[in-house]
Amino acid sequence: MASAEAQTGTEYIRHHLTNLTYGQHPDGTWGIAQTAEEAGAMGFWSVHVDSMAWSIGLGLVFLGLFRRAARHATAGVPGGLQNFVEIIVEFIDETVESIFSHKNDLIAPLALTIFVWVFLMNLMDLVPVDWVPELAKLFGVHYMKIVPSTDPNITMAMALSVFVLILYYSVKCKGLGGFLAELSFHPFPWKPLAPVNFMLEFVTLVAKPLSLGLRLFGNLYAGEMIFVLIALMFSAGFVFALAGGVFQFVWAAFHLIVITLQAFVFAVLTVVYLAQAHETEEH
Amino acid sequence: MEDLITLELATLLHVAGGLMLGLGAVGAAVGVGVLGGKYLEGVARQPELLPMLRTQLFIVLGLVDAVPMIAVGIGLYLIFAG
Repeated sequence: MASAEAQTGTEYIRHHLTNLTYGQHPDGTWGIAQTAEEAGAMGFWSVHVDSMAWSIGLGLVFLGLFRRAARHATAGVPGGLQNFVEIIVEFIDETVESIFSHKNDLIAPLALTIFVWVFLMNLMDLVPVDWVPELAKLFGVHYMKIVPSTDPNITMAMALSVFVLILYYSVKCKGLGGFLAELSFHPFPWKPLAPVNFMLEFVTLVAKPLSLGLRLFGNLYAGEMIFVLIALMFSAGFVFALAGGVFQFVWAAFHLIVITLQAFVFAVLTVVYLAQAHETEEH
Repeated sequence: MEDLITLELATLLHVAGGLMLGLGAVGAAVGVGVLGGKYLEGVARQPELLPMLRTQLFIVLGLVDAVPMIAVGIGLYLIFAG
């Protein structure tokens, strides 16, 4: 907290929760917002540059790492990287196999991508909250949020992509008629109750991407919030700073479980939803 | 009069944040307690199912854990930055 003297605690928290936003100012010019108010005034047509850069960058790290492991794969004595990648791939493969019983080559790679990518995005949460923003400040960038999954835009975008896949495979495997019939006749198989059924099932369908995206966002947002509050303790005297150091370590250790779990839950639920979309037998 | 109103609003925000933290934790505590108990029962009855049950346990744990964590995030935001 280099500039903590000039900030109150509230400002410090707000600063940490503001994205670097690029968009159209109310006066018509395009540019990067200098304050949180300016970012808010940009409205819908704005891009969170930091979230986009970090998430795409981490995606490239994932692809590069796994590609490297695949290209240097050997049937002899495997190296550390190959072992590591093999463990992850086998773990995801087993999990998918136990949940998803239909024929589809897309599902396991999708689950692997989601798991590793979300895990890497969550892992940025363990970087102490002030390091990268303060570094960015030296280069004249005022806002920098390095955990993409604390941005609802990123998590909801991933959830919506999964939702599109659910709709696509539902229509592909059951036909449009079959899909609508499943929505209309499912809890009560009696024709006059079809509108009631449809409303119930429609809410269930829409709740899937909503809960998927909000669960990841909520967990990581809460985690980030607690890290920021702990960081606030470092400027409140020696005793508090010492306690803050202990808290930071304990919370980071606990958070290590949470971030892995949430990445795994996101991947598994995606597979479960897609398995439901492939289900064709009559109920 | 103005000061009184803003003071009350700030106090209410703190109470609201506290309620969100507490009630969220109560629900999750019951949920995780039941879940863990059933898991131990299941493992005691059929130890060979341990790996499969552990995976399922963690999935459900992640589901149960999510709602109070969201409440923690929003509650802390209300208390410290709202």
